[in-house]
Amino acid sequence: MFEALTEKIQNVFDRIRRRGKLSEADIQEVLREIRITLLEADVNYKVVKDFLERVREKALQESVLKSVSPSEQILKIIYEELTSLLGGEGRVEKGLPSVIMLVGLQGSGKTTTAGKLAVYYKKRQGRPLLVACDTRRPAAVQQLEVIGNSVNVPVYKENTDPITIAENAIKFAKEKVYMPVILDTSGRLHIDDDLMDELRKTYERVNPQEVFLVVDAMTGQDAVNIGEAFAKVVPLTGIILTKMDGDARGGAALSMRAVTGVPIVFVGIGEKFDAIEPFYPDRIASRILGMGDIKTLVEKVESAVSRERAEKSLEKFTLNDFMEQLKEIRNMGPLDQLMSLIPGFSKLTTKMPISVDERKLKRIEAIISSMTIEERENPHIINASRKKRIARGSGTTVQEVNQLLKQYEQIKSMIRQFSQLEKKGKFSLLGGRLW
Amino acid sequence: MGWLDRLRQGLEKTRALIKKGFSNISAGDLEELEVALLSADVGPKTTERLIEELKTKWKMYPNERLSTLLKGSIISLFPSSSNIIDKFLSGKWVILVIGVNGSGKTTTIGKLGKLLKERGKGVIFVAGDTFRAAAIEQLEVWGERVGIPVIKHREGADPGAVAFDGLRSAKARNIDIVIVDTAGRLHTKYNLMEELKKVKRVIEREKEDYQIYTLLVIDATMGQNAINQAKMFNDALTVDGIAVTKLDGTAKGGVVIGIASELKIPVVLVGVGEGIDDMQSFNSEEFANALFWEMS
Repeated sequence: MFEALTEKIQNVFDRIRRRGKLSEADIQEVLREIRITLLEADVNYKVVKDFLERVREKALQESVLKSVSPSEQILKIIYEELTSLLGGEGRVEKGLPSVIMLVGLQGSGKTTTAGKLAVYYKKRQGRPLLVACDTRRPAAVQQLEVIGNSVNVPVYKENTDPITIAENAIKFAKEKVYMPVILDTSGRLHIDDDLMDELRKTYERVNPQEVFLVVDAMTGQDAVNIGEAFAKVVPLTGIILTKMDGDARGGAALSMRAVTGVPIVFVGIGEKFDAIEPFYPDRIASRILGMGDIKTLVEKVESAVSRERAEKSLEKFTLNDFMEQLKEIRNMGPLDQLMSLIPGFSKLTTKMPISVDERKLKRIEAIISSMTIEERENPHIINASRKKRIARGSGTTVQEVNQLLKQYEQIKSMIRQFSQLEKKGKFSLLGGRLW
Repeated sequence: MGWLDRLRQGLEKTRALIKKGFSNISAGDLEELEVALLSADVGPKTTERLIEELKTKWKMYPNERLSTLLKGSIISLFPSSSNIIDKFLSGKWVILVIGVNGSGKTTTIGKLGKLLKERGKGVIFVAGDTFRAAAIEQLEVWGERVGIPVIKHREGADPGAVAFDGLRSAKARNIDIVIVDTAGRLHTKYNLMEELKKVKRVIEREKEDYQIYTLLVIDATMGQNAINQAKMFNDALTVDGIAVTKLDGTAKGGVVIGIASELKIPVVLVGVGEGIDDMQSFNSEEFANALFWEMS
């Protein structure tokens, strides 16, 4: 998708470059492409409109630099505007909060997030207490209890109304010195006046230091209504974006941020309880633009693979490297998650039959180990009779050998695309700089 | 206020506009229409397609009302489907309920089960979400509420095995409808999608005279990602129909138009409230009417 957007913009600029000047009509055409990109990412149409207006003004102001191509320049403006709209460099952690209240729609992920926050603060010397204020949804209290049990954090519950539970829980926490107290409230629709009123009362009674609105990253245009309605009832201090491990582009983040003005503080990135991260605006900015989460990827790659080997692998990628990479990737976490961070590959990941489970990996290892050194370095020499031999040697089938070779070719071509992009200077995979 | 009313209310402004005949439509009017469609999560592609189609139709029927033409276009995007409740009333069915986390699968199952039970069918629930904490208990609470037995294993059990037991138990008790809950999963998780395929394979193998219906649950609050969701669930499992939940909020669920037109999967059920009876079968004409309702 990144490729698509840059290509479209590039086409516009190729025509311009011959004239050497950026006219308002040209900018308009570029902005139209960006508009569609943003709308497809589910940024609210009003927010898109305001945003494009700002970009247009900036683009017209800025003089065309000779050293930089106009397309790079305008993309940079867009990226920077988007990043600053999303909250610049992100929020600085202020130490342990005393009381955190989680609010949001049904199914946005409050209870799971409560468990994740408990783990997060526990790692940071906190003594968290989970409070089951969701007395409405069937088995919500049990769910929190099970979570509390599995992450080893106490859960406060009581058979009464949510407001009293919250109040008593805080008294209890003061006595036993628990901090932070994490209140898991019922999911509610922002237009349900009674329930919104209950939320207001809970807030007034317990006066939490943080009120986080938990939002599903897949939310559409309605994000603005949801954000506005919750902000009106309780003073939000932050937004938590959940289910970011899917392929949603997360335009809701931009909408929410624009209407509530509060920062996005955390993102949920998986089903395990440590799958929560602080929010980095620049990362979501590239994701909304469909450019993949390059920074996160770079960090992951850098921390797990030695820089040297990664650079080498870009030049010549053999089956040996393929096996090495699979092993290293396994140590980094699920491959599908990792691949989804790569620009333009998010769509590919589910089509890729590479599930890095132990058994498959062992078979792959067996197949590659049954090849000669020459075959590993030059897989193209592997003909039908060699395949038969490899299959026999590894106790697999010719089909499996074929499948492996196909996967290898796919990855190789991806890597080729990668290094080509890098050469063009579109971005640097390992330098950590986007532009 | 019902969901239809709320849908109508949301497009109050557009209503005046679409009563106009084409002869007095301006570019500004079309832009307003575009905004209405976009804000209902219809998405840029489908919106553009609908507006282009309108412009073409305009030449053919210059005197027709905008609303009539637009409604016609929207309705034609939905593949036709018979009333799903009636369908389930005859024969034996295994309904496999799938979707992303938090989309409303368990609630949908509770409501659908009640609806079918009230119409005289024997129903059992199968607690196939063995992953999420207390998901089994959640389905059990629903089972108690509506008086439907729940077949379950413990947490962490193999969902395929639970489905197998559920089906066997239904056959033994001569129960016609088996509704299988599954763990919510993001459509991008390869292994979890494989697990789901396995559950379906087990059902396929054991079904005998039961027919399988794969029901995808989509949250109306979702934006364009719902199209990806539907596409990938459909690629993996072949989805027979879609249930749209949470239409009682301000979200209009316009993304189902995109899903219907791109993937030709019918929308069959809508969840319109927290009450146990707040579930209806979907009607594309009603849906389009609600989006572009005009005073008679």
